[in-house]
Amino acid sequence: MIPYIIRRILIGIPVLWGVTVINFVIINLAPGSPADLYLTPTSTPNQVAMMRHQLGLDQPIWVRYVKWLGQLVHGDLGYSLQNRIPVTQLLGERILPTLTLMGASLVVAYAVAIPFGIFVARRRNTAADYGVVGLSFLGISVPHFFLGLVMIYVFAVKLGWFPTGNIMTLGGPGGLVDRVEHLVLPTLVLATAISANMVRYVRSSMIDVLGADYIRTARAKGLGDIMITNKHALRNALTPIVTVIGVDLSVLLGGAIVTEQIFQWQGIGLLTIQAIQGRDYSVLMGINLIAALGVFVANLLTDIAYGVVDPRVKYS
Amino acid sequence: MTATAAPGDAGINAAPDTVDTTRPAGRAESALRRVVRRYLKHRMAVVGLVVFVLLILMAIFAPLIAPMSPYKIFPEYDAAPGAGHILGTDSTGRDVLSRLIYASRVSLTVGVGAVLVYVIIGVTLGLLAGYYGRWVDQIVMRITDMFMSFPYFMLILVLVSVIGPSLLNITAVIGFMAWPPVARLVRGQVLTIKESDYVRAGVSLGYQAPRILFRHILPNTLSPIVVNATFGVAQAIILESGLSFLGLGVRPPAASWGNMLTQAQSITVLADQWWMWVPPGLMILIAVLAINFVGDGLRDALEARQG
Repeated sequence: MIPYIIRRILIGIPVLWGVTVINFVIINLAPGSPADLYLTPTSTPNQVAMMRHQLGLDQPIWVRYVKWLGQLVHGDLGYSLQNRIPVTQLLGERILPTLTLMGASLVVAYAVAIPFGIFVARRRNTAADYGVVGLSFLGISVPHFFLGLVMIYVFAVKLGWFPTGNIMTLGGPGGLVDRVEHLVLPTLVLATAISANMVRYVRSSMIDVLGADYIRTARAKGLGDIMITNKHALRNALTPIVTVIGVDLSVLLGGAIVTEQIFQWQGIGLLTIQAIQGRDYSVLMGINLIAALGVFVANLLTDIAYGVVDPRVKYS
Repeated sequence: MTATAAPGDAGINAAPDTVDTTRPAGRAESALRRVVRRYLKHRMAVVGLVVFVLLILMAIFAPLIAPMSPYKIFPEYDAAPGAGHILGTDSTGRDVLSRLIYASRVSLTVGVGAVLVYVIIGVTLGLLAGYYGRWVDQIVMRITDMFMSFPYFMLILVLVSVIGPSLLNITAVIGFMAWPPVARLVRGQVLTIKESDYVRAGVSLGYQAPRILFRHILPNTLSPIVVNATFGVAQAIILESGLSFLGLGVRPPAASWGNMLTQAQSITVLADQWWMWVPPGLMILIAVLAINFVGDGLRDALEARQG
């Protein structure tokens, strides 16, 4: 397995390099320049030129790219123009809330989807099956922001069970209970789409497995339903599901941006929106790279997990 | 027609042409009729199709259906639904119902437009990679990997903010970013079909590559593409509404269901003025749900499993 992992990483390097090029080119297509932020309408052309020179904007694009790449491999992502702190520090502050939100959402989504998927797979074409499949369609069709607004309206404004947003009560003592209360609604919003998608995978995967010969053999041996489901079918049914987890990460990140905006959750997603509004390009490039690296690592882990769950998978 | 297979046997003898019992015996049925008949059996897919057609009609005939101009500003802003304005007015004083109707144009344009763009790119690249193989395949697939390593929504967000938010731009950006899954799908199909007898026959008859690609291979990859494209329309509508909601899509005064919901970020609107945000939210939900059901029905009817 080790040579396989090394080979995957080696293949990944040119891909990640390509990502840096795409990233740099897109950002440099942007109209307006970061120098504008430091200037006022009364600045003289001379001052403009000085500022551009100071920021290195007067050099050709490939020179800037090589310089930027050089800093990048040393772990330097530059300075945030808005916040006036290093981008790495800014990302460091914001990444934990986002990981918390995404992690909680994944756990909730799978905790709901796997049991429900198995349950309805064994009761195909019953009312329960139609109900769950129908709900899953609803779940994949509702946009995050609308679901978020409905949740805030119902659970925060009308019922007052949960706060309307933020990571913790501002100016309050904080504490675990307070933080969990703030986490509930955004987690439910993010978990809905993932769970709705996953429940259909679990269901169809379980249906496939339950039709397999070895399940019939197990039945012929006289094993009970629960034994068959949990011991023989579940592990085989979960294999294709592992791949979906990797794909989900990209969806999850996209969902997190909108969800964080609605709940004013101080994570990477909210930072992205703020950076776009403030034309904070070094921050945007940093976020994109971290995210691309995250997707890459997640895909690698998924492939490795695939082999752990299903010993029949051979790495070549 | 041979013996009827029990549902449990599907794994053993899963030929695409499964035996079915509902069909009148002794009469051959055309492929199209079989697809239509299977589609009609999926009740929600039929409902979805009806809703989708109604939405298209609403978009085309918006000027006739809308009670007033979506841009006209009335003195009574924040007005609750009543006799004058069936769904009230927004914070600027524009008629909500009229904006709701006009906004269907935006959603459908972006949905269909973006899908057309990405299907063309994806099909072309997939056909090339699958048919020529070797270094062409390597290059195309590595580019595909690059595009897929970016978190999709984040890249679209950044691109739109860089080139400026407008209807045309978001259609182009979504179309330009969403092709990798189609390219992979088509490539995979081509690799399978390439080995089939009829393609080998074409090659040995000395046909040129374009003829084999477009006349022999492409028609056989159509089913999964059609299904993918249908779900793609739903996805693009959600994306557009999300971008517009964030202020990075279609901008006021032009009406989009997404940008109508932007107002609900104010807690007063959210708590006390439901008519401004619930109707556009429901419209997105209904449109996306309808198209997803159509996609599901097509998948069953065309027996296209998404890879």
